[in-house]
Amino acid sequence: MSFLHDVFVWFNDPVNWSGSNGVPARVLEHVVLSLVALLVAAAVAVPTGALLGASQRKGTVLINLANVGRAIPSFAVLVLGVIWLGLGSAPVVITLVLLALPPIFVFTFTAVREVDAAVVDSARGMGMTERAVLWRVRLPLARPLILYGLRLSSAAVIATATLAALIGGGGLGRYIVDGFSVRDYRVIFAGTVLVVGLVLISEAFFAMLERTTVSPGIRRAAET
Amino acid sequence: MTTPIAQLDSGPLIRWSWITDHGDLILSNLVQHLVLTFVTVAIGFVLSMLLAVVALRFRFTFAPINAVTGIMYAVPSIALFVLLTPLTGLTTLTAEIALISYTLQILTRSIVAGIDGVPPAVRESATGMGYTDRQRLWHVELPLALPVILSGVRIATVTTVGLLPVAGLLGSDQGGLGELIFDGLTRFFNTPLLVGAVLVVAVAVACDLLLVGVQQVLTPWARRRGTSA
Repeated sequence: MSFLHDVFVWFNDPVNWSGSNGVPARVLEHVVLSLVALLVAAAVAVPTGALLGASQRKGTVLINLANVGRAIPSFAVLVLGVIWLGLGSAPVVITLVLLALPPIFVFTFTAVREVDAAVVDSARGMGMTERAVLWRVRLPLARPLILYGLRLSSAAVIATATLAALIGGGGLGRYIVDGFSVRDYRVIFAGTVLVVGLVLISEAFFAMLERTTVSPGIRRAAET
Repeated sequence: MTTPIAQLDSGPLIRWSWITDHGDLILSNLVQHLVLTFVTVAIGFVLSMLLAVVALRFRFTFAPINAVTGIMYAVPSIALFVLLTPLTGLTTLTAEIALISYTLQILTRSIVAGIDGVPPAVRESATGMGYTDRQRLWHVELPLALPVILSGVRIATVTTVGLLPVAGLLGSDQGGLGELIFDGLTRFFNTPLLVGAVLVVAVAVACDLLLVGVQQVLTPWARRRGTSA
């Protein structure tokens, strides 16, 4: 227990809460890196996934590309990014965007595509335009799965943003890498707790988003 | 966020002579990468199989098993590697424990989901034909669950291939191709970085394609029906 006590003491030390290596600064760096990557990935993958899912096209090429993309290791991408762009936040953000893109795209595409054909037909029969079918029928029904894709990506991005520290970047990975280089396990553990905390906050955020934006009827149907 | 962009290595992108001089090192790292990946997925699979059997037999254990493996999955890879070092040192064991724990969540869930997906009618017919629980698991449920289980194995394998290089942080004998990457990073030398990263990507994609092939050979009925997991 004395180790946990040491970690607690570390968290209570005001020195660790100020300056560029303080907890608020590192958390902010971590959140900004993750958020920028997630927003860019969502801005690209949700519209393309939704439009392709609602269209008549098979979309096999993009889906296969996304599946291969899921196989490509982030650390290797990061290293290639460093060779190409040099050290800094650019290769980190690119790596995280590439990590987040495939799940968001695949879940959005699948969710929009697999909306019950009978429901889509009745919407058309009621005189809805294709645009209205997408916005008022397909997207609301697909929302739980789209949010699930975003949630998975968000957790992966937050955990992977720690790799930034390996190439001299900021964020909470600094505590882990710097702590390891001087074998200070309190700092490493504190950094880990903060990263896991951010992942849990992200999970709670998406759970709340799902509760507030998904129609109760759909949620009930999904639960049974 | 405002770190100025600095080039690692101002020399040529790649020195071919370094590659030809270090052929043995590259090859041994590649072999180690493949061996460690195989060991990780194999042990992870056996453990997950046990966890899945427990979770299926005693339903109430599924939620806690899922929660614990889920938390292990949320801990960033560098942190897990580094936090285990006081217990197991800078050894391959440290890397293995961390990597195996990452596969548990993926594999346990896919085994449980696969067996849960077996139609109840099929299960009842097997029981009606006189299969014991164990025979039913091995001869009916597992073969039918194979596509879902194999897609879990695919994700676990590719994840392991990708995370293993991070274990290179622990020292040159732990990370397979990660040795080349960390060597390049510490010496600001592009060639090993490029070789390491490109080979890691190649191994990941090759394993993925290989397992897709295995999936198609082992489950021809899934392909015929036109479903792909």
